[in-house]
Amino acid sequence: MAQTATRTPASPRSGPAAATSDEFEATASHPKRGTKGEAIRIEKFSLWYGAAKALHENTFSIERGLVTALIGPSGCGKSTLLRCFNRMNDLIDNVRIEGRIEFDGLDIYSPRVDVIALRKRMGMVFQKPNPFPMSIYENVIYPLRIDGIRDRATLDQAAEAGLKGAALWNEVKDRLDESALGLSGGQQQRLCIARAIAGSPEVLLMDEPCSALDPIATAKIEELIDELREHYTVVIVTHNMQQAIRVSDNTAFMYLGRLIEYGDTKTVFNNPVHQRTNDYVTGRFG
Amino acid sequence: MTKHTVLAFDAELKDIAAGIEEMGRRVLEQLDGAIEAIAHVNVDRAQSVIAADRPVDELQHDIEQKAVLTIAKRQPLASDLRDIVSAMRIANDLERIGDLAKNIAKRLIAISGNATTFKIPAGMTSLAERVREQLAEVLDANRRGDDKLALKVWQSDSDIDALHTSLFREMLTYMMEDPRSIGFGAHLLFCAKNLERIGDHATNIAETVHYRLTSEQLSSERPKQDQSSAINPKSGD
Repeated sequence: MAQTATRTPASPRSGPAAATSDEFEATASHPKRGTKGEAIRIEKFSLWYGAAKALHENTFSIERGLVTALIGPSGCGKSTLLRCFNRMNDLIDNVRIEGRIEFDGLDIYSPRVDVIALRKRMGMVFQKPNPFPMSIYENVIYPLRIDGIRDRATLDQAAEAGLKGAALWNEVKDRLDESALGLSGGQQQRLCIARAIAGSPEVLLMDEPCSALDPIATAKIEELIDELREHYTVVIVTHNMQQAIRVSDNTAFMYLGRLIEYGDTKTVFNNPVHQRTNDYVTGRFG
Repeated sequence: MTKHTVLAFDAELKDIAAGIEEMGRRVLEQLDGAIEAIAHVNVDRAQSVIAADRPVDELQHDIEQKAVLTIAKRQPLASDLRDIVSAMRIANDLERIGDLAKNIAKRLIAISGNATTFKIPAGMTSLAERVREQLAEVLDANRRGDDKLALKVWQSDSDIDALHTSLFREMLTYMMEDPRSIGFGAHLLFCAKNLERIGDHATNIAETVHYRLTSEQLSSERPKQDQSSAINPKSGD
C-alpha cells in the first residue's frame, strides 16, 4: 500500500517547480475509509501505450459506497486509469499493463475473468453524452435487452426505476417512445446515467460527465451523484475543483501518470501534504 | 511560491496583502499617538489620533470588498483561501484596535484639564507600550509568515492581563482615597480597559496568523490572567 508521507507545515514550501520523473516524493495517502471496505484495489499498476509509459506503479484503493474523484492536469493518466477499471483499454491496440487491479478481491486481468461480465458490474458515463439512436425507453433498458431479458413488465419496471434514479422520469415519462436524440444535452447525459445504472452495476465510472453541460444540468447531475452515493461506488474524473469538493469523499491527484496524493477531499483541497497538489488545486499550474 | 496561471489572481492577492500592511501601519501610528497623548497629556496628538480613524475604517471596507470579489471570481482553495479569509479577519481586528485607540484619545482630551491636579499612573504607559509591542510583533509575524512569533504573541497576552489587573487595583485605591478624582479615574479605567482589549485583538490576530500558516485553529485554552472582572469593589481585592 502507499506510504504515508509526514505532513509538512502548510507554509509556502520551497522546491523545484517542475521535477523530472525521478524526483517525485512518496505518495501521500490519507483517505477517508468507508464502512463497507474496498471496492477496487490498485497495486503497483503501470500501463504503456506502445513505448510510452502512461501510468507509473500506481497504488491505492477505492472505498466502496464512497465517491472518489480523480483530478490532475491533462495527460496525467486519470482517464486512462478509469478505463482500466472496466478494461476498456483492452480495446486499444498496443496497450500493455503490469501490476494488479482487484475488484471485489479478484484480479480483473486474470485470464479467467469474463470481461463482459466485469463490464456489466461497472456502469460508465462519458464526457460527451452518447445516447443510442433509439427511443428513450430502448436506451434505458438496453443493458437488460442484451442480457436476454424479454419480459415486458420487467423491462418497464427497470426503465422506470432507471429513469427515476437518474432524476429524468418526470421529464420523459410521457414520451418514452420518442428518440433519445431529441433530448437536451443535460437530459441525454442523465439518460446515459440511467442506462448505466439500469443493469444494477456496483460501480459507476464517470469521465468528466458534466464538462459538456450547462450549470443547471451540471447541478442536476451533482444532485444525482449525491443520491447514488452509498448504493454505488462512484469514481469520477473531473477538471472542476469545486465539483470535486462538492461531490467526492476522497480525491486522488495524479501527475504525469503518478499518484501524488490520495486523501479525504477536505484535506486535499484545504491543506494538502504536497506542494504540487497545492499548486494544482490553487491554479498555479496545469 | 509559483505564480498563478492567471496573473490577475496574484495581483489581487498582493493588493489585499498590501491593504493589510497599510492598515497595520496606520493603526500602529494611532496607538503610538495614543501612548504619546497619555504620557505627555498631548491634546494635539490625541486629536490627530481621532482624525486618523476614518481612513482606517475605509481601508477595512476596501479590503473586505476586494476579498469578497476575489472569492467570487477566483474560487480560491487551500492556502489562497486561508490568505483571503485571514485578511478579512485581521482587517476587522485592526479596525477595532483603531477605534479603541481613538476612544483612548477622546478620553485623554476629556481629562486633560485635570491632569495637573491628578496624576496618570506610570503603569498606564507601561501597559500601553507592552500592548504596542504585541501589535507590532504580530503584524510582523503576519508579514513574514512567522508562526513561532505569532505563537509567542498569543501566549504573552497574560502579561498584559496581569498589568491591567494591577493598574485597575491601583486606580481603585486612588479613587477611594480622594472622591474628587473619581471622574478622572473613571476615564482612565476605560483607557486601561481599551488597552487590554487592544491586547486581546492582537491575540486574535495571532490566532488568525497561525491558522493562515498551518490551517489549524488554536484552542481556546490560552492562559488568561485578567481578573479585573472579579475584583471586589469594597476590599479592592
